[in-house]
Amino acid sequence: MKKILSGPMDAIKADLATEITSPDRYKLLRRKIVSLMALVTLLPLLSLAAINYYEHQSSMSAEIQAPLRALVGKAKHSFELFLAERTSAVSFIASAYSFDELSDDANLQRIFQVMRREFTGFVDLGLIDTAGNQLSYAGPYDLKDRNYTSQDWFHQVQFKGTYISDVFLGFRKFPHVVIAVRHTTESGQSWILRATLDTMHFDRIISAMGLEPGSDAFLVNRNGVLQTESRRYGTVLDMLPFSLPPTNFESNVQGIRDPDQRDIYIASAFIADSDFALVAIKPKPTVFSTWYTVRLDLLVIFVLGVSFIFIAVYRLTSVLINRLQESDEQRLGAIHQMEHSQKLSSIGRLAAGVAHEINNPLAIINEKAGLMRDIMNLRPDFPDKEKFARQIEAILRSVDRCRGITHRMLGFAKRMDVKIEVLDVNAVLEETLGFLEREAQYRNVELKRELSQNLPNIATDHGQIQQVFLNILNNALAAVPDGGRIVLSTWNVDDHYIAISIEDNGCGMSDETAKNMFEPFFTTKKEKGTGLGMSITYGIVKRLGGEIKVKSKLNEGTTMTILLPKHPVEG
Amino acid sequence: MEMNTWNILLVDDEVDFITTLAERLELRGVEARVVHDGESALKAVSDNVPQVMVLDVMMPGMKGIDVLQRVKAEHPDVRVILLTGQGKTRDGIEGMRHGAFAYLTKPLDLEELLRTISEAISSPEGTTHA
Repeated sequence: MKKILSGPMDAIKADLATEITSPDRYKLLRRKIVSLMALVTLLPLLSLAAINYYEHQSSMSAEIQAPLRALVGKAKHSFELFLAERTSAVSFIASAYSFDELSDDANLQRIFQVMRREFTGFVDLGLIDTAGNQLSYAGPYDLKDRNYTSQDWFHQVQFKGTYISDVFLGFRKFPHVVIAVRHTTESGQSWILRATLDTMHFDRIISAMGLEPGSDAFLVNRNGVLQTESRRYGTVLDMLPFSLPPTNFESNVQGIRDPDQRDIYIASAFIADSDFALVAIKPKPTVFSTWYTVRLDLLVIFVLGVSFIFIAVYRLTSVLINRLQESDEQRLGAIHQMEHSQKLSSIGRLAAGVAHEINNPLAIINEKAGLMRDIMNLRPDFPDKEKFARQIEAILRSVDRCRGITHRMLGFAKRMDVKIEVLDVNAVLEETLGFLEREAQYRNVELKRELSQNLPNIATDHGQIQQVFLNILNNALAAVPDGGRIVLSTWNVDDHYIAISIEDNGCGMSDETAKNMFEPFFTTKKEKGTGLGMSITYGIVKRLGGEIKVKSKLNEGTTMTILLPKHPVEG
Repeated sequence: MEMNTWNILLVDDEVDFITTLAERLELRGVEARVVHDGESALKAVSDNVPQVMVLDVMMPGMKGIDVLQRVKAEHPDVRVILLTGQGKTRDGIEGMRHGAFAYLTKPLDLEELLRTISEAISSPEGTTHA
């Protein structure tokens, strides 16, 4: 079992250890887990079914074999009784009467009549001397004076004293059996009394066995020649088409396959004092008809069980895989977020260094240009004075611009100490809008407020949240055309969060831009922007324990939604 | 008080910056002595105690804050205006705690500097400029 399971288990472990982001990974994993779980659950079930089948077959076969064995034993006993009675009768007549009495035809006829009355099956009776001549005969044929010295049974009876022949047609041309008994008097005189039996009585004993349809029973001699008619394998004196399994005097049952390729149970036993074996045959399909009925029921239950297991395993695996997929995605998200924070932190340090280093030369440029302007202002007019003045003003403007950039870079780098206070977010929004209202009015941009009147006050950092609103509103204002519209909404989300959304009908963003908008130094404003605004915004919202989401469609507009916790978040 | 009677000491290791600044002040009628490190500044103060010292915080050798502390310890009347880099507000605030009059960030706005110097000179003793 361990070996069977180790293959798929190793594959699953390898899969879990490998970071494959493709959806195929989950399909493959699902397939492997389903296979493994199906194997684990079905293997015991299949083993149970196999054991059950084997046990059932064994017990059924034992149940079938025992009656068959008993039946053959009983019938064999009937045959032995029948033959023993007839042999005793012949033997009694041979010893009870003298040679002279028996050699008299009339006397023999009378004895034969009595004998037929007492014992059924006798056909005739004859006295034969040691020279093999039939001296007297009682019966339906004319066999008197016939000589038997050339026949095998005559020599056998001389030697053994009693003899029961195989079934043969002989002079009579119908199946019969000979019983011959040799009698020797005290004076040494010998004769043989020979009786013929009709084998019809054998058929009667066999039909009394009460065989089921499809079953068969017959007598066969040691050479495999049928002594009675078989329903299936031939008539009297035909050769049995298969060899008899090892047989002894005890009734014995074995399973074999007959020449017609039928699986059969064959019970056989030798009949004492003869060359006959009684054989009874039962075909296996008949034997197992009950089992097949039961098996069909079991099969239905088995198939239903297997289907149920498969469905349960599949559903369970699907749930597990989905959970795994979700947790993988969450993990990846957390990694990305961590990477993002690390990136922000490194860029912040770098920005601080750069801003600092640049400030000193910038201060020098500022002073030098300032000095140039001072000197020029003190001098009377000279050629190109105005042109020089314009150049100096351009230098000073550029210094101012650089100052602005380094200021923002330092602002980004600065570790902002969070100062939490309980405040009304609607009021903060209004205050922030105050900074922009003039530009909005000038450009005829509508600033629509849909602020919830029941918005609870939340504990957060006033300055930072204002910077967030300002950054987003600045972007929205830059995105909308003159006469555009910006909608501000606030609402209560649940017990833990409130939401603020800023929706504009501006130029919108492509998916690519939306994806990168929180990356530091990512900007679409060319030389006008530093690419830090949204990155700072993202950092602040995260630090305050909130979430920021963006939904945008190119040429239709952008909606930024911020979720803020009602209570400050630890860490 | 007339600007040409002000006694100003400028302290910065950035020679180009501080000499140009001195020159610009001179053009506006403000004479200022210039030194480039902390030791020279202390010496210049002991030679002739200035009314106002414009002091860069970040200098090699003796730091601006140390110079400030030493000067204020010996001559509490000297008004010290600190020059800090951008984003170094903390340095400025620390300087204020040690008795600086004000702090300004580089690159400087000359008019603002002149205004601050003027306020420093005219302010009563012990006051600081926010």
